[in-house]
Amino acid sequence: MKRLPLPRPLIESLVTISIGLVAGALLMLLFDYNPVQAYRALFVGAFGSLEDILETLAFATPLMLTALTFAVGVRGGLFNIGAEGQMYLGAIGATFVAGLLPLPPGLHLAAATAAGMLFGALWAVPPALLKAWRGVHEVISTIMCNWIAFYLATYLAINFLAEPGRAERTAPALVTARYPVLTEDASLTAAIFVALAFCLVVYLYLWGTRAGYELRLAGENPDAARYAGVKGGKVILLSFAIGGLAAGLAGATQIIGRPPAWSLYATLGNVITLGFDGIGVALVGRNHPIGGVLAAVLFGALAHGGRFMEYHAGVLSELVRAINGLIVITLAVPELWMLARRRFSR
Amino acid sequence: MRVPGRRALGYLLAGLALAGFSYALERFGLQPISLLEAGLLAMTPLALAAVGECLNEKAGVVNIGLEGILLITAVTGVWFAELFGNGTMGLIGGALTGALIGFALGAISVYGKADQIIAGMGLNIFALGFVPFLLVSLWAFPGIHLFPSELMVPRLITPWGQFSPVTIAAILIAVLAHLLLHHTVLGFRIKAVGEKPEAVDVAGVRVDWLRLFTSTLGGALCGVGGAFLPLGWFGGVVKEISAGRGFIALACVVFAGLEPLLALAAAFLFGFVDGLASAVAVTPGVKERIPFYFVSMLPYATTLVVVALVIGRRRFPRTVGRPYVRE
Repeated sequence: MKRLPLPRPLIESLVTISIGLVAGALLMLLFDYNPVQAYRALFVGAFGSLEDILETLAFATPLMLTALTFAVGVRGGLFNIGAEGQMYLGAIGATFVAGLLPLPPGLHLAAATAAGMLFGALWAVPPALLKAWRGVHEVISTIMCNWIAFYLATYLAINFLAEPGRAERTAPALVTARYPVLTEDASLTAAIFVALAFCLVVYLYLWGTRAGYELRLAGENPDAARYAGVKGGKVILLSFAIGGLAAGLAGATQIIGRPPAWSLYATLGNVITLGFDGIGVALVGRNHPIGGVLAAVLFGALAHGGRFMEYHAGVLSELVRAINGLIVITLAVPELWMLARRRFSR
Repeated sequence: MRVPGRRALGYLLAGLALAGFSYALERFGLQPISLLEAGLLAMTPLALAAVGECLNEKAGVVNIGLEGILLITAVTGVWFAELFGNGTMGLIGGALTGALIGFALGAISVYGKADQIIAGMGLNIFALGFVPFLLVSLWAFPGIHLFPSELMVPRLITPWGQFSPVTIAAILIAVLAHLLLHHTVLGFRIKAVGEKPEAVDVAGVRVDWLRLFTSTLGGALCGVGGAFLPLGWFGGVVKEISAGRGFIALACVVFAGLEPLLALAAAFLFGFVDGLASAVAVTPGVKERIPFYFVSMLPYATTLVVVALVIGRRRFPRTVGRPYVRE
C-alpha cells in the first residue's frame, strides 16, 4: 500500500477536525440552519483576504499559549485545566502594570509582560502544592481556582483598575506598554512573536534539558521515573509553573497586545473561555508546543471566521466551541484509528 | 480509623460547631431556617449528580463531564417542560437527555476504549458552546430564558419550611443507591467489575453491559439534577447556569470515597455553603460589608479546602478510568 507523505499524527488530527466539522453541520441541519452557507462564510471570513489571515493569527496568539499550558501538564502526567483562571490573573497583572504604573518606554512593555506571566504562574501554585502535598486531583483544584479567579479578577478590575468614568472596563494600557500593531487593518500585534518565542523556548526546554526530560519521563512512565530518582513533587511544580507562565502571558497579550480595547472588560468578556479553548487546541496539536502553534492557527481561524458565520448564516459563533468539544471527544477514542486502519489495510 | 469514641467525638464537635454557627448567623440577621431551605435546594443537584457518579466509578468508569450534562439538561429540561406544560415532565426530559449522554459516553468508554478524562472534558467544552447555540435556536434569545412560573416543580410547604419534593427524592435515591451497592447481587457485581473485571467476565457476567448501565444511570440522575436547576430552583435558564456544580459534585464523589451516603453528606455541606453565599448576598447589613465577589467565591473555596483535608485516605476501585480488554 502506498503511504501518504504526511506524518500520521497530522493525518489523524485533520480527520478528527473533519469529523468535528461534519458533526457541527449535522447540528446546524437539526436546527434548520444552512451549513454550506455557514461554513463558506466561516472559511472565507477566516482566510479570504490578507487582513483576515492576520486577524486569524491575532485570534491564534492567546490560544497557542493556553494550549501550551495544557500540553505541558499532559507531558508531565497532569490534567491541568487551570489555564482559564491563570489567564484571568495574567490579564490583571498586565493591566495593573500597563495601565497604572508609568515606566520608561521599553522597560514598561517588558514589565507589563513579565507581570502578566508572574501573576499567571502564582495562580498555578495552589493547585500544584495541593497536588504535591495532599494528592488533590488537579481537575477539581484547577476548576475551583478558575471560579475563584473569575470573581477575584472581576473584583479587582471593577474596584481597583477601572477607568474613571467608564465602569465597563479597566484603565487602558499606556502607549509605552503596548505591543506595536503590525498593520492598520488587523488587530495583530508583535505580541505573536513573543508567544511564538515562548512556545519555542518551552519546546527546547522540554526536549533539550535534563529537567525537561525528567518531566516528560514522569508523564510517560511514572514508575520508570521514580526508579530513575525523578522527584514527583518537583515535576508537578515545574509543569504547573511553566503552564502558569504561558497562561499568564496569554492573558497579558489580550491586554497589551490586542487593539482596540487595550484593557480588560469588567465582564472579562475579552479573555473569557480562551483557557478552555486551549484544551482542544493542545489535543489537536498532540500536546506538542509546536503542534499547538499549528493547531492554534486553525482554531484561530474558526474563532475569527465564526463571527462571519453569525452575520451570514445566523448561526451563533459559539457553535465553534461545540465543534471544538466534539473534536476533543473524537480524539479521545483510539479505537477509531484501529478501526480505520483495519478497514483500509485490507 | 475505626475508633468509635473518636467518631462520636467528631459528631459531637460537628453538632456544637453547627449550633454555634447558627447562633452567629442569627446575630448577623440571617435566618437559619431559610438557610436550611436554600442549602437543601443547592444540595439537590449536587447529590443527584454525585450519587450517580459514585455508582459509575464503582463500576470503573469516570465521567468528568457532569458539568456538561448539568448544563445541557438544564436547557432540555425546560424545553420538555414547556412542551408538555408541566415541570415534572421537564425533570423526566432532563433524565432522558442525561441518560442519552451518559449512554453515549459509556459506549465510547467501553467499546471505544476512550481516554475517559479527555472524553469527559470534551463533553464539557461541547456543552459550553452548544448551550448558547441551543438557547438561541430554541428561543431566539441569547441571554436569560424565563419560563411561566406555573412550570416550576411545586414546593412542599411544611411547618419547618418549604422543600422541593425533588430534594426528598434525592435523599431517597442516595439511600437506595447505598442499599443497591451493598445489599444486592447487582451491587456486588458493580463493585466487582470495578475491582476485577476479568473475574466478572469469567463468571459469565457482561462487563460492558454493567458499565453501560451505571454510566446511563449516572447520566440520568445528573440529568434530573440539571433540569432541577431551572425548574426546581432558579426559575430561568442562562448559559452558565451550572456554574461549576458538576465539578463540585465530583469533589463530593472524591470526598465520599464513592459511598453514596457520604456523597449525600458532602452535597449537603457544599449545598449549605452555596445557600449561605446566596443568603449573605441579599441580606441587608451584611451584603454591604462583604463584597459580593468574595461571597460568590465561598462554595469554590470551601470545596478546595474540604477536598484538601480529607483526600489521600480514600481508596478507589482498581480499574477506575481504565477500559477492560479481554485477554
